[in-house]
Amino acid sequence: MHPESGAGALADVLSVQDLVIRIGGVNVVDGVSLAVAEGRILAIVGESGCGKSLTALSILQLLPEAARITAGQIHLEGHDLTAMDEAGLQKIRGNRASIIFQEPVASLNPLMRVGEQVEEALRIHRGLSLAQARHEAIAMLALVGIPDPGMRAAQFPFELSGGMCQRIMIAAALVCRPRLLIADEPTTALDVTIQAQILDLMKRLRSEVGTTIVLITHDMGVVADMADDVTVMYGGQVVESGPVDRIFAAPAHPYTRLLLATVPRLDGQRKTVLRTIEGNVPAADAWPHGCRFQDRCPLASARCGERPALAPVAQGAHRVACWHADLVAEVA
Amino acid sequence: MTPLLRVRDLKVHFTGRDAARSTIKAVDGVSFDLAAGRTLALVGESGCGKSTTAYAIVGMESPTSGTIHFDGQDITRLEPRARRALATEMAIVFQDPSAALDPKMSVAESILEPLAIQGSSRARQRTRLAELLDRVGLPAAYAARTPNALSGGQKQRVVIARALALSPRLLVLDEPVSALDVSIRSQILNLLMELQQELGLAYLFISHDLSVVRHLADDTMVMYLGTVAEQGDTDAVFGAARHPYTQALLSAIPLPDPVAQRRRDKIILSGDLPSPLAPPPGCPFASRCPIRVAPCDVVRPTLEPAGTDLRTACLVRAPSASQVAAPA
Repeated sequence: MHPESGAGALADVLSVQDLVIRIGGVNVVDGVSLAVAEGRILAIVGESGCGKSLTALSILQLLPEAARITAGQIHLEGHDLTAMDEAGLQKIRGNRASIIFQEPVASLNPLMRVGEQVEEALRIHRGLSLAQARHEAIAMLALVGIPDPGMRAAQFPFELSGGMCQRIMIAAALVCRPRLLIADEPTTALDVTIQAQILDLMKRLRSEVGTTIVLITHDMGVVADMADDVTVMYGGQVVESGPVDRIFAAPAHPYTRLLLATVPRLDGQRKTVLRTIEGNVPAADAWPHGCRFQDRCPLASARCGERPALAPVAQGAHRVACWHADLVAEVA
Repeated sequence: MTPLLRVRDLKVHFTGRDAARSTIKAVDGVSFDLAAGRTLALVGESGCGKSTTAYAIVGMESPTSGTIHFDGQDITRLEPRARRALATEMAIVFQDPSAALDPKMSVAESILEPLAIQGSSRARQRTRLAELLDRVGLPAAYAARTPNALSGGQKQRVVIARALALSPRLLVLDEPVSALDVSIRSQILNLLMELQQELGLAYLFISHDLSVVRHLADDTMVMYLGTVAEQGDTDAVFGAARHPYTQALLSAIPLPDPVAQRRRDKIILSGDLPSPLAPPPGCPFASRCPIRVAPCDVVRPTLEPAGTDLRTACLVRAPSASQVAAPA
């Protein structure tokens, strides 16, 4: 039994426990646990191949064919989604929980008017009449900042800009007022001023609708802007998690610390040699035994051949998986 | 002193095949100088014309009007033979190294291809290969590998080595780290800074990542819908921007610092970029501008001095004498 399931888990809209996802004999997500309390924004941050997107997809059981959940539980408002049949899941997707992706244009049906794509969930989940659904959909388009929503609703995705398509997708995801929104790199394909609009919109929806958000990103700036809590993943595992201010002010894992130090800062000295992380992001079949960051870690020792458990840092909810977290200040 | 690259009033227009023969003014009046050993960054959002500007310089697009001078020579329109000769002077590095390398060619073949085309001897190619691998920080043993055996960062090193093969004086860097993992980007940025110092290269650096631009560039040009909104010394653009678009762009970058980010006054623009098929007659930014006044809809602003080493195209913030005297 997980030590934190019990009283604490009840207040969590989403809790994932010891999740393992396997692709072709490799555990690409390997023992991931996370929890998000109602109305909070959790950012899962990491680089390509760290398992953050697979974790996100697995929540609503949307994994690609080749990937399988081999262990762990995923609870949404107390229901175990890993044990649920497809009919049960379909009642949840787009209704109690929704997901939005990086590529809005690829995620919308090109042959369907955008208004209908927003109406669809209302018709299926709420059984609204066409007229009622249309009315609510247009109100939702206005809420996400689509100018002239009545006219736009009748258009097809190709007639809209990328930023507008992303807002349509958010409208479709939120029209049933889900308890949970999973956003997988929702602004990575967008320009920075449009990104600011979309992030602002997500924050407004959180405060107005009370949506709990899981945000997947590789951008530490987006994390700082959006998150209440942060989970840092590396090599299919959680290496650090905690409240956003702690993660940025006192990162306890050498990887988190280095990741923050490699990015040029707007207030930093220009033209200086930037801090680097040695080596490359390893592929899943080349992860070392024990701590998976050890080959690139300036603090690595013989002890790192054994996998460190996620353990509390000082007090509070900040946790790190590193044998040498007490030495992390030496890293950068 | 003649700058290495001098661009004056460059325009690149594309004419559609539709009945109306509608024109897209992808680049509509861009001017700048770039000296040896310096970096000029072109920044702006998709469709602003930054890449088209760069492509016109390396000969991948034909200018509609304006002039491009390289080392004093007019290269605006060149015969194919003269353009090929210029390949020894300038090279381009693209965003995605996986797409830029032929998966069937070895690292050595990719890097040496420009030398082979120029007819270098085998012996010369061998020494050059060793020099180039060393220069970009790849072990000599990588020469025989194919791209699929390399990481993204290593592939971008190969692409940079190939760009350097003919010892160019100008490198166009089109989002050179955007496709790389975050933990790899600083390695490549350090390499680019090091190469510039050692070889005295001029960089035309295209990026949407403003923190990277501020770190690397001496001068910065902010583009919007094919025109220059603001240009000048990088410190001036980042520290004392006068154009509302530059200010919005800077304010939109989320800082990797949650406390500072919460305290910041963010300028959130409303609306989207106007269609490039129907650009507004006045200021291109007017439709999203928080400080727009009536004349902005009809008068196109010109770049005017707006501080030390800074020029701004904004009727409100940097009015020109003639435009104030004779509003349209």
